[in-house]
Amino acid sequence: MSRRLDAGGSWIDRTKPLTFRFDDEEYEGFEGDTLASALLANGVVGGFTSPILGRPRGVMTAGPEEPNAFVEVSEPWFDPIVAATMVELVGGLVAEPRAGVGRLPDPAEVTSVEAVHRHVHVETLVVGGGSAGRRAAVAAASRGDRVIQMDERHRIDDPPGGVTVLPRTTALGVYDDGYVVAHERSTTLERLWHVRAGRVILATGAHERFIAFARNDQPGVMLSSAAATYVERFGVLPGDRAVVFTTNDSGLRSADVLRGAGTDIVRTLGVGEDMSEALDDVDLLLVSGGWNPNLTLWRSIGGGLRYDERLASFRPNDEGPPWLEVVGSANGDGLPRTEAYWLEPAEDYSEHFVDLQRDQTVADIEDALEAGLVSVEHVKRATYIGTAIDQGRTSGLLAAAIVNQLLGADPDAQGPTSARPPAVPLSYAVIAGPDRGDLLDPIRRTRAHSWHVEHGAIFEDVGQWKRPRYFSTDGEEMDAAVGRECLAVRNAAGVLDASTLGKIEVVGPDSPSFLDRMYTNRMSTLKIGSIRYGFMLGLDGMIVDDGVAMRLADDRFLVTTTTGNAAMVLDRFEEWLQTEWPELRVYCASVTEQWSDAAIAGPNSREVLDAVGTDVDLSPEAFPFMTFRDGTVAGIPARIARVSFTGELSYEILVDGRRGLELWTAVLAAGAPFGITPYGTEAMHVLRAEKGFVIVGQDTDGTVTPDDLGMSWIVRKDDSDFIGRRSLRRADPSRPDRKQLVGLLSDDFLPEGAQLVERDTGRIPVPMIGHVTSSYLSPTLGRPIALAMVERGRSRHGETVFAPLPSGTISAEIVPPVFHDPEGTRRDG
Amino acid sequence: MLLIDCPWCGPRDEIEFTYGGQAHISYPKESDALTDEEWADFLFMRDNPRGPFRERWYHVHGCRRWFNAIRDTATSRFIATYRMGEEPPA
Repeated sequence: MSRRLDAGGSWIDRTKPLTFRFDDEEYEGFEGDTLASALLANGVVGGFTSPILGRPRGVMTAGPEEPNAFVEVSEPWFDPIVAATMVELVGGLVAEPRAGVGRLPDPAEVTSVEAVHRHVHVETLVVGGGSAGRRAAVAAASRGDRVIQMDERHRIDDPPGGVTVLPRTTALGVYDDGYVVAHERSTTLERLWHVRAGRVILATGAHERFIAFARNDQPGVMLSSAAATYVERFGVLPGDRAVVFTTNDSGLRSADVLRGAGTDIVRTLGVGEDMSEALDDVDLLLVSGGWNPNLTLWRSIGGGLRYDERLASFRPNDEGPPWLEVVGSANGDGLPRTEAYWLEPAEDYSEHFVDLQRDQTVADIEDALEAGLVSVEHVKRATYIGTAIDQGRTSGLLAAAIVNQLLGADPDAQGPTSARPPAVPLSYAVIAGPDRGDLLDPIRRTRAHSWHVEHGAIFEDVGQWKRPRYFSTDGEEMDAAVGRECLAVRNAAGVLDASTLGKIEVVGPDSPSFLDRMYTNRMSTLKIGSIRYGFMLGLDGMIVDDGVAMRLADDRFLVTTTTGNAAMVLDRFEEWLQTEWPELRVYCASVTEQWSDAAIAGPNSREVLDAVGTDVDLSPEAFPFMTFRDGTVAGIPARIARVSFTGELSYEILVDGRRGLELWTAVLAAGAPFGITPYGTEAMHVLRAEKGFVIVGQDTDGTVTPDDLGMSWIVRKDDSDFIGRRSLRRADPSRPDRKQLVGLLSDDFLPEGAQLVERDTGRIPVPMIGHVTSSYLSPTLGRPIALAMVERGRSRHGETVFAPLPSGTISAEIVPPVFHDPEGTRRDG
Repeated sequence: MLLIDCPWCGPRDEIEFTYGGQAHISYPKESDALTDEEWADFLFMRDNPRGPFRERWYHVHGCRRWFNAIRDTATSRFIATYRMGEEPPA
């Protein structure tokens, strides 16, 4: 049965009929309809179910406050759950009712809409498309402001000129300093607007208030203004015979609208009259309990409230940010005087619904109060009133008022519960916008990346870098590949793409003195052409990074950092230079990507580099360990550094970053006769662990001093200051029972992170004396090795410790942390 | 999102900045002369007022300059920003 009137409906275009499906039935509506208005026009009253009690429900409102009529939209876009009152009707729309809970479908099953973010700056942002919003927007535009006016409905009547008007756009949250995030819906594109506005004007209107009475959740109960809206905007008559219950004049005005459209208004009831049988012989019950200014956004940024007896509700007070203003009915202006009436008295409140979407009644509030709760916030958490996806627009203030009444308190004793953004639910896809998949975070690739891909590299993320973890030839598993790569470095030669290592050039006449202050050892005495390894400590004396410094000139150093810490170290340099020592003439520049770095390691390294071709004298006498030389390699201007993270003879070749692939391929081609093997980070980790070289952040955790690692030799003992020096002189860093770096030898593989105990008693609790920090199957030794931090570890060499694990206890012998070539005979080849 | 007035760049979104804790705490020149208690006081102890607070900010995703600010910790409102080395405004 059509309930569409023959005329009227300011929002619909009767020349544009649309077909849609709801709950597997086909219906017709008009362009401009909402799904709710089109359903009512087709005589669909009810059709919804309450989430917990399974009671029949119908459309109760005409806007975002709807607590009953929730649907899943599956075509032409997908939305798991949305109020039918907020779904703009489009041709081919397919929807079905949802009882308060959405479902998460298979992504392949749904049509995803592209989501983008847009950032704009305006002088004035107006939230709300009604008459007060329009006035504010026009006034601002006439002053010359850039103005955005937005409204969550799909239509803004009589849009003002000179204003960017955004229908279908919900302001989700108002944040500090005029920052507003809003969601614009459309069938093809969703936009998240980030608006920075000099002034934000909230013209968010008011919601008509519901009343708690027996069986107030039946289909056919409707807010009076909503019924009038269906007549006026959509040309739909929501009922033939109606009863009006109102505490104020607006209920009477709504009744007049319906009467004029043909509804027989059989009774008008007021405060104190029995409503229990009001729906018995009519098909529509119009309810008006007065009006609540819609202050969700105002309150979410700390705006305060004051109780207005005339409205029996709360209006904004003057406790809000200076750039935020509330106008129109949101400010309480023009709203009708009402009697303060929220609850029809009864013996049994079990069908007096307060929050229809949570199926919570006055009886549930009574239960919460009887349990001893007195705060509205606690009642909310006990009953969940106001926490459903309608966010309590019809129930929040009502619940607070009922709590006040039942406790015998004044109506202003407690206001509504806290409002927090987002004001309406939105999908993670919209929040993410384009920042997903490869665009989630910048991806940094070395210049030789394409070569790595072509040669079976399996990558791992190190910070934002993609680094080859190992190279899998002929489908090798990781262990086999890592074993092959390690043995190549120990027995022939390997090459590592070390380009990701952080590199900072530190320049200026005071750079030697500056680096002395930043590192534990002395960098100012370093000779030009020489390299020194160093630790950087926090002010608390704990290790934060390590790296080497190369002295390029009297006033110029190249400092390396761990791959993941490059930005942190540069920031640290800047912090100290700018905030503590502005008198130092030092400039720092990140040059990580200006250099590509191929690190050759292994007994055949010198032969490989010779074959690649260099004009640098590679003899150990002319080019000793911890020095660098400038020259050419494979015809490319290069800086060669003799440092070693493997214990083997090693040359790190640094060239212009853009020539990294050229260098890499030249090394591999010329090195082939000498067994050159590309290796990845996993082999690098194994090789360094065999030598007992720590990785900051893996073997250290922010509580480790150089001495804990057995490396007090790296901390200078003179009187000159460096960051962390004073903290090392406290009692704690020299406590004898500190955890110290040791090696562990076991028959079985020890998982990293395993806790270590002194005795295998099988009982708990048991004191833990340390933990495993690094653990590998050593291809060189042909057995498991591990590094660990153990209390008094250096005095325990030869002792046995135990790692109790769910799979059984593993025993291990404590040994010095250097497993391979402890004399260091191999680094010079 | 706060709007922070970088003394070098002007107003920029909070997301471009990192916070640096209380301002005007100098690194002791003669740290050896300090007792452990005095050193711990420098290292760990900071004021935590409700109201105006002088603090350091770093425009890390902008000009990469450190500067100082006076911010009301109760409202997050910035009362002033000023360059390193400048006296805080009264």
